Amino acid sequence: MNINGVQIDATFAEAFPMRATRVIITAQNLKWAYHAAQAMTGFATSVIACGCEAGIERELEPSETPDGRPGIAALIFAMGGKTLAKQVETRAGQCVLTSPTSALFAGIREGDKIPLGKNLRFFGDGFQIAKRIGGKRYWRVPVMDGEFLCEDTTCTVKAVGGGNFLILAESQPQALAACEAAIDAMKKIPNVIMPFPGGVVRSGSKVGSKYKALSASTNDAFCPTLKGQTKTDLSPEIESVMEIVIDGLTDEDIKKAMRVGIEAACGLGAENGIRRISAGNYGGKLGPFLFHLQEIMA
Amino acid sequence: MTALTFTLKAELKQRVDVSPLIPDRLADRASDEIGAELLQYGNRQVRADELFSIEGQGSDRLVFRGNGKLDYVGRGMSRGEILIEGDAGSYLGMQLRGGRIEVSGSVDAYAACEMKNGEILIRGNAGDFVGACLPGNKKGMAGGVVIIKGNAGDRVGDHLRRGAILIEGDAGSYLGSRMTAGTIAVLGKVGDHLGYAMNRGTVLLAQMPGFVPSTFNDCGTHTLGFIPLLLKGFEGLDTRFSEMSDTLKRVRRYAGDMCGLGKGEILVAV
Repeated sequence: MNINGVQIDATFAEAFPMRATRVIITAQNLKWAYHAAQAMTGFATSVIACGCEAGIERELEPSETPDGRPGIAALIFAMGGKTLAKQVETRAGQCVLTSPTSALFAGIREGDKIPLGKNLRFFGDGFQIAKRIGGKRYWRVPVMDGEFLCEDTTCTVKAVGGGNFLILAESQPQALAACEAAIDAMKKIPNVIMPFPGGVVRSGSKVGSKYKALSASTNDAFCPTLKGQTKTDLSPEIESVMEIVIDGLTDEDIKKAMRVGIEAACGLGAENGIRRISAGNYGGKLGPFLFHLQEIMA
Repeated sequence: MTALTFTLKAELKQRVDVSPLIPDRLADRASDEIGAELLQYGNRQVRADELFSIEGQGSDRLVFRGNGKLDYVGRGMSRGEILIEGDAGSYLGMQLRGGRIEVSGSVDAYAACEMKNGEILIRGNAGDFVGACLPGNKKGMAGGVVIIKGNAGDRVGDHLRRGAILIEGDAGSYLGSRMTAGTIAVLGKVGDHLGYAMNRGTVLLAQMPGFVPSTFNDCGTHTLGFIPLLLKGFEGLDTRFSEMSDTLKRVRRYAGDMCGLGKGEILVAV
């Protein structure tokens, strides 16, 4: 398959099941909602060492938020419900409770409940106040800038993590330009996040390592500087490879995001040095979700 | 939906307990069975069809052509709707578990007493002890919403535990006395001894009371994010409070009653 001179490999991305939740962070203005949301979703690129994968899903208009203020929707993914609960609680406590003017609400209301403000309330040292509004429980925790308003619980749902595709280009700037175009398009798709910095990973990994302590190591088959040193998957003209990883609430959401992302990258075409689109997989052994590139782009 | 309508055949000489006449019991009943329901009328029991002419089929929607001597309307009901054209007596919606009661006139004491859930709308005035508990009990209203378009009597929300009482007129003395939690909001004036022995909960006032009890301490003026959320939560209900979510945000906060637990609050709009 070839789109605008860009070869689409006959391969597939391999993804695995995760648990996810959405939280809504509001603040006096969007600037401070972003500060809280960026802190909460910071250091959350990969479950390998961060505990969770998180990212900002989209901005919310005041009319879309529970308290009528500007807000941000963030998605948080982890390998299991308990890990997710722990990550949500610690991140909410350290990053949102602490952020001026912020309030925190559940963004998913069906599924297994996990605490949101349920334990953070104890920060109020007995001065916290519960309010049941419209069948939902909220906590008013007195803080130095006024009150931190936080919903008691949020819900977790089954989700999919690790959808991905690789962009192979003739130069590093060209690969990055294609990634930026892809991310701009993918950010418009609901229910997905691209958890890596700017949505792009330059250090794709393979399973295992020559070092026993490491479970993952550099994907040498796609490292352009190793073309003559290892069993490479790159042709001579490829000088840079970048990956976009996608976590989504469903596999359909990931497929949509992959499609618009690959379309945007291919939009730059061979004349801008974009030569191939591939994907990372582990021979179908890692997870039950297989995203065949050519099927998605058909 | 067709309604089951109860119209009094003659002026009542005694008070009547109409608590058996709720949708939970009557929805699937035939007309003659409904007429045979026994009601406590003064010191004796009478058939429902002795007091009322009954029109319509068994339904989730009941209509009473009201009278101030009809007590315990909707007691313990969990679903459906009761409409009262005119006034009702005491204990309206006592121990209500769900559904909706609307009164076009006024009601007597103990409306929403020990109510658990559901909605009560009183277009006229309400008597004393709205949302309270029976004398000797300690657990008042524990959920749901009561809207009073007119004025309310004394001791509204006595021992209130959860839920909201929204008064668009004035409220009497001892408003929110002995509250455990929950919310009372008043657009009009309030009487003396506001929040007497209040432990927790919120009394939200649209105007400054005559005086704030000396056992409530001034915590200053604040813009509280939960107020618009609370008021937005009343959207869909027939209350002026739901329209105030854009305007009522900034309040003066008084904490008390410091003679008790002291974790209640009186919020006065500024």
